[in-house]
Amino acid sequence: MQTTHQHAGGGHEHKAAPTVEEITDFEVLEIAVRELAIEHGLFTAEDHRRFTEWAESIGPAAGSRLVAKAWTDPAFKARLLADGTAACKEIGIDWAEPTGFGTPSDYMNFRVLEDTPTLHHVIVCTLCSCYPRPLLGMSPEWYRSTNYRRRLVRWPREVLAEFGLILPPEVEIRVEDSNQKCRFIVLPVRPSGTENWTEEQLAAIVTRDCMIGVALPRPGRTADVHPVHKARHPVHSSPSMRAAE
Amino acid sequence: MNGVHDMGGMHGFGKVEPEPDEPVFHAPWEGRVLAMNRAMGYLGLWSIDISRFSRETLPPHVYLASSYYRKWTLGLENLCLQFGLVGEDELAAGRALHPAKPVKRTLTPADVPKTLSRGSFERPPPAPAKFKPGDRVRTRNINPPGHTRLPRYARGHAGAIEHIRGCHVFPDAVAAGKGEDPQWLYTVVFDARELWGEFADPALKVSIEAWEPYLEAIP
Repeated sequence: MQTTHQHAGGGHEHKAAPTVEEITDFEVLEIAVRELAIEHGLFTAEDHRRFTEWAESIGPAAGSRLVAKAWTDPAFKARLLADGTAACKEIGIDWAEPTGFGTPSDYMNFRVLEDTPTLHHVIVCTLCSCYPRPLLGMSPEWYRSTNYRRRLVRWPREVLAEFGLILPPEVEIRVEDSNQKCRFIVLPVRPSGTENWTEEQLAAIVTRDCMIGVALPRPGRTADVHPVHKARHPVHSSPSMRAAE
Repeated sequence: MNGVHDMGGMHGFGKVEPEPDEPVFHAPWEGRVLAMNRAMGYLGLWSIDISRFSRETLPPHVYLASSYYRKWTLGLENLCLQFGLVGEDELAAGRALHPAKPVKRTLTPADVPKTLSRGSFERPPPAPAKFKPGDRVRTRNINPPGHTRLPRYARGHAGAIEHIRGCHVFPDAVAAGKGEDPQWLYTVVFDARELWGEFADPALKVSIEAWEPYLEAIP
């Protein structure tokens, strides 16, 4: 047994802080820093508002289109695997000069990791939370969580099983630690039962989780729904979280 | 630095808990923190590597107990102090007490689209790449006190070069204030049993991106 002793009970378990926080002292700090910066003319309230709205508006749709196009157009797929950054321009995503997408992060190369029936890729950033935002939008909270960052490089089958993805032992798993300049998405195997589908139909089943590698696309699955495994001994239990339960 | 941010393979922190119907931002302040970081980055005073190092050097108990955007705020607060943009006394008072430090540029709404594009970190190579795909390499057992992107779990291990990923600004040098020192970047793949021992999953491989100074040839 490699993994389960940390869940074995005993009342001494710890989990990282929940990432939904109270708006209390911390919000006061955020406001203080922001207002100081505005007072000092480091940015304006208006540019700040615009950026916030932009960030909230992006999502994984561009990545879904990219995968659907690769599934239906073998020549495009070959170009995509050879040079992801260049191929993205064909669907209107320019990593160097994004138009409505992208952030000034340090990505330089965009690379697509192709799954086969015997090879499954899954992506993590153990050192921070590097993520292909121009294609997938803002990362989900679990992707940034300490538990995901700690565990995926060591126990990927267990982590994937918690997401509801149970891979046969003979399927090789490749964990890509996105710890540097490259940004990645997974190109999953096109599922059977989609033979005559249009690109639009296909894009609908290529969810964000499929492109990170914690889910597989299948007909009828058009949203990322996870089984919820509640921690048995949550360390932090804020009033707002209790109210939500 | 051997900080708590470098957490690949650590034990004892439980399951991943995806949230059902997760919003982009859980509270308005999260979006404001993101925008504030972008706007401040536009001042051009620091790079992505310096801002990462600022978050990594938060006290370990603060790093572990803080959410993603809280770490961003605390890291930004450090940078504002480090670069003299605000004073400790101003943070304590919650208002400006001194004249602003001049900066070379500030973000305006018209410039927001420009901040979405990025400066290139690719640089002309100072020398040909030492390694080629297929070469066997061993990661060096380095433990620098400063910023590095070689995760602890991948130090001192044998792997194979899979790709050459270009020549870029070297984060370890930039974050230490030693200039860009461009280096070749590679994808290196490891067998899980090499990283985690004989009982690791035989059908698992882990790849990282590693800078040339992190690697030595296996003859």
